[in-house]
Order: sequence, then C-alpha cells, then structure tokens
Amino acid sequence: MPETSENVLEVKNLKTYFFTDDGDELRAVDGVTFSVKRSGILAVVGESGCGKSVTAYSVLRLIQKPGKIVDGQILLRTTDGKIIDIAELDEKSDELFHVRGGLVSMIFQEPMTALSPVHSIGNQICEAILLHQDVDKSQAEKIAIGILEKVGIPGAAGRMKQYPHEFSGGMRQRVVIAMALACKPQLLIADEPTTALDVTLQAQVLRIIKDLQAELGTSVLFITHDLAVVAQMADEVAVMYLGRIVEHSDVRSVLKNPRHPYTRALLKSLPGMSEGSERLPSIEGSVPSLMEIPDGCPFHPRCPHAESGLCDVGGPPSLQKIADGHYVACVRVEEIKAL
Amino acid sequence: MIATEPLLSVRNLRKFFPVYSKGFFQRRVGYVKAVDDVSFDLMPGETLGLVGESGCGKTTTGRTILRALGPTGGNIMFRANGETVDLATIPGRHLKALRPKMQMIFQDPFSSLNPRMTIGQIVGEPLVIHKMAKGRELKKRVVEMLIKVGLKPEHAVRYPHAFSGGQRQRAGIARSLIMHPSLIIADEAVSALDVSVQAQIINLMEDLQKEFRLTYIFIAHDLSVVKHICDRVAVMYAGKIVELAETGTLFKDPKHPYTKALLSAVPSPDPDVKMIFELTGEVADPGNLPPGCAFNPRCPYVRDRCRQEMPSLREIEPGRWVNCHFDEELES
Repeated sequence: MPETSENVLEVKNLKTYFFTDDGDELRAVDGVTFSVKRSGILAVVGESGCGKSVTAYSVLRLIQKPGKIVDGQILLRTTDGKIIDIAELDEKSDELFHVRGGLVSMIFQEPMTALSPVHSIGNQICEAILLHQDVDKSQAEKIAIGILEKVGIPGAAGRMKQYPHEFSGGMRQRVVIAMALACKPQLLIADEPTTALDVTLQAQVLRIIKDLQAELGTSVLFITHDLAVVAQMADEVAVMYLGRIVEHSDVRSVLKNPRHPYTRALLKSLPGMSEGSERLPSIEGSVPSLMEIPDGCPFHPRCPHAESGLCDVGGPPSLQKIADGHYVACVRVEEIKAL
Repeated sequence: MIATEPLLSVRNLRKFFPVYSKGFFQRRVGYVKAVDDVSFDLMPGETLGLVGESGCGKTTTGRTILRALGPTGGNIMFRANGETVDLATIPGRHLKALRPKMQMIFQDPFSSLNPRMTIGQIVGEPLVIHKMAKGRELKKRVVEMLIKVGLKPEHAVRYPHAFSGGQRQRAGIARSLIMHPSLIIADEAVSALDVSVQAQIINLMEDLQKEFRLTYIFIAHDLSVVKHICDRVAVMYAGKIVELAETGTLFKDPKHPYTKALLSAVPSPDPDVKMIFELTGEVADPGNLPPGCAFNPRCPYVRDRCRQEMPSLREIEPGRWVNCHFDEELES
C-alpha cells in the first residue's frame, strides 16, 4: 500500500501472538498491514476468531498477557505532522496515555459493560474531557452536553446526572459514542458497535456514527462481522481470515467484485440475497482453531478452488495487487477470475 | 401446503407478568403485557417467522406455546397423536406425554448443552426420560440422529467443549429431533453463529423439515434469515402481532407502518443501495404502554384516533392480517 501523508493510521506487518502455558503460540494476528485514510472509514470484517478484534485492541495497546505484540509498527500520524509508533511506546508512558482516549478512542460492543454503573453519565464523559483537554469543570460539562445533544439524546442537560441503568440499550450506546468523541479524537475504533442492538437501533446508531464522522472529520476503524453494515458504512474494506488480510480494496470492489474465494463465499452465503427459497451456498466446515492453522493458504481446506500441491504447501500467500488499490491473497486469483 | 387442519391454532393468547410494589406488602401494581391477544394458525410442514425488536414478546410467545410458561389466557390448540388438545388448559401431568411432539432449539449452543454430558448422552437424554429406548437401541438411534444432522458416530463420546459453535448447534438440533416431534420452536437458532456456519445450519434445518415433515416457528430478529426460511411471517410489537402475511408479500409490500420501518432498517449488502431509515424512538415498554395503538408515539402517520382507540388485527385480504386503523390510506 502506498505511503501517503493523508493516512492517519498505518499498521505495518503487525503480529500479535498469544502464548499458552503449554508453550504453544497462537498467531491471532499474523502480519497485518493496512492504513486508515484521514476522514475515511476502513472496515475490518471477518468471522469470529479471524483476529479483527485483536487487531483493534493492538492499535490501542490493550493486549494483555498472555498476548503480546511481537512485531510490526502502528504509526499514528497526528494533524500537526507528528508520527507516533504506538507499538514502540512504553506501557506506562504519558504519550500512550495521551493516545488512548485523546488521539484514538474506542467504542466497544457491549454498551452496558463499557460504562461504569456507579458514576453518572455526566461524570464519565467529563472525566474523559478533563483528562485530555485543558478545560475547567464547567467548560467540560458544556462540552459534554453539546456532544450528548449531537448523538441525539433528548434533554441532554437533565440526563447528565443520570446513571447508565436509567438509559435504554440504544441510548447507552449513544452515550458511549459521545464519550468516545468528546475529545475529538483523530481516530475512532468501533468494535462491533451495533452487534448487540436491534436492527432499528442499529440503523439509528450507524447514522449517528456516519453523521458525526462527516461533521468532525474523524477517521474510523470499523470492526464488524456484518457485510451489510460494511456496505453501508465503509469506504474501504479489509477481509480477514485466521489472522491475515485476504482481500483489501474499496467497498464497491470488495462487495461487488470480490476476488478472494473466501470473500466470494461469504457474500454468497448471506441469506436474503436471492429471491425464493433455494439452498444457500454455504462454506464447508468451520473456521479452524488457531492451534491448527492449515499449511499453505489457511483457507484451502474450505476453498472450492483449492488445488493440491499448490494451495496446501508452503507458507500463506501474501497480498498481491490485482487492480488499482485491490489486493488479494490467493495464488489462483487469476485462474479463478471467471469462476 | 395441502392440509385442511392446522397443526397449531393459537387464539387470543395472553401472558402477563405481574409487577409488585417495593416494600413489605408487595402489592400488585400492574402487569407487563408480554404477549397480548396473539392469534394465528400453523399448518403442518409450514415455517412461520416471529420477528420484532427485543422486548416485543416473540420469545415469550414461543415459550408460552410450549407451556414452558403458563399462559394468562387464551387457547393453544395442538394436534398430537390424532387428537386436538388445548395446551393452555391441559393439566401439567398430561403434558409430559405431549412433550415429545413439541421441541425447542435454543439460541446459544454454548450454554444450552450440559458441559458434563457427552454429545451422545445429550442427544439420547430425551429418549431416556420418556423411556422410549435404552441400551443398544438407544445407541443406535443416537448414532442415526447424529449422522442425520451431519455429525459423526464417534462424536457421541465427546463433550461439548470439543465442538465448534456450528457443531454444537447440530447437536442441539439432533436432541430436539430425536423423538420425532411435529412442532419445533427455533428461538434465534442461528443468531449466534458465524455467517458461513449460519448458512449450513439453515440448509440443515430445511433438509430436516422436508425429511421429517416438521413444522417450525422460527423466532428471529434477523429479517434476511427470516425472508429466506419462512413461508409466512408475523411481525410483533409490544406483545401483539401487528402484521401477518406470506413472506414474499410482507417483504414486497408491507402494510403496517411498523413493518415498513423495520424493513427499511435492514442494511443491504449492496453499497449502492443506501439505507433510508426514519424511525425514531425506542420499543414501547410493555409494562407501561401508551393508550391506543402501542406504536403511536413512533408512528410517522399517527392521527388522533391512534392515540385513543386500540386497533385490532383484521384480515384485509385472504391470509393477510394487519393491525392498524389506517393501513388502506397509507398506500402512498
């Protein structure tokens, strides 16, 4: 991927492994490279166990033992031109503290567990603002009310004193978004922000994220398993399978002209794509455990186009450029183009 | 579906949960109307979808039909062994004999299987409880069932932790089917699964339906799954069915404002089809419903009558039921 100054985040060859007591290493993220454009939305999509969340957590250095970032760079480019390698920062440094919640913030999947039940909403949002911005308490409150109004919480000023249990699920997720955006971060990481929500609330929350993203110019790293959400939200998509990116391009190319067999199969297996009740084309088997990643292409045991002697030997295929900005990790990508 | 008599006829089903005041005397201060006046027929071999947002009462409806919860009122006429019984009023001691005919598939394949039992024991347990098989016969039937759902005979001696989510859900399906039930209530049966595995389980459920002539009530919040698998769909809001129609009709031409809104909230996997979603507010609290139509605070077409008078479910065309005062005027 070309290096340009318009990238907010550049992750290069990131490897996050987990080490078990038995001495095994689980390669949850194994050599991932991507970048997030300024004011752009990159979606990382994949099934459970593909490493999408570990990637997101790695960017904020939230990986705990027995996990470890063993290799790679996580370059954050701030608006004033500074480049911070988050992977290199000291665990307890002020700089990492400044990155977390200040320059980069995160929305988690479960709004109930992301909020403290014993602090009022106002307190929690103001805390983030006071930590990262040079303002006094009353200014912080003003900022908090403003951002709560932006995420569509009616009567924001009155609700500042309320506690999370007094909010419904959709409202809680709005509070979490407000908190994440209160410090005007340069990068927002959203880890399955709507997975726990009903489809109507999902639609509302996606709209809020998209509107605020456009208004504030925030860049977003959007983690999800839902290809339909990707279609509605993302500019660019990276599809992950077993710790590696298998396809990466702009949203239209990936969803309308997928080239990796995994992306193709994933899209075909979505119900409701076709009329009528014909059988769903499904992918054989299930995602293997990280303990037993297949040789060669990790997808070959489930791939309809796998060729023995080619796909099941050697190391995993690396991403190759097949069109402008379209990268696919498949050795047979040209042969199976028409299939 | 050529069948004259429905397998299941639900009439005016109600399930209210009492709400008690705080303090020593715990007076009853009201009810949460989780299921309120739900009626529908289910033909043998049919798949009916129950959809709606969380808290709409779809799961409670499913559980009440199976008498996992006692209904507050209404009738649940169920055909079993050649006769029709009312599950709502039948004494508890007669229920056991009917249980083999109606089974449930649960959402979470991780918590619905006992981790201390082998897959073989889990799948065979219903036969043991109902004294329908033992010894070699039991083993034989368990193995047959495992093969039917796509597992291997040697899986019978393993424990649930050794299986993936999809395999566990297969085991859960095997357990529900081993007694050859006629009615299966699948409560979010594929929601916890990954997309690629979800498609496998949906196909399996469809194959088994054909083979055993099963009747499904498919409870789900994922409308694209429902669209694929169901013959008819009932949309629920605040404990009531607001619209009931054949799947194709419902998705093509929804009549109730809530159905319209719900369908518009489903994101399309096509990046060129943008989501247009206008509904504001949140699901009505079934313990504190507004007067009139429960949907009126969120309805974009609300009028005075909606705030005063509760609409009832009307058949506007054969097989097409809508619960709205003004559905005909909403055409445009």
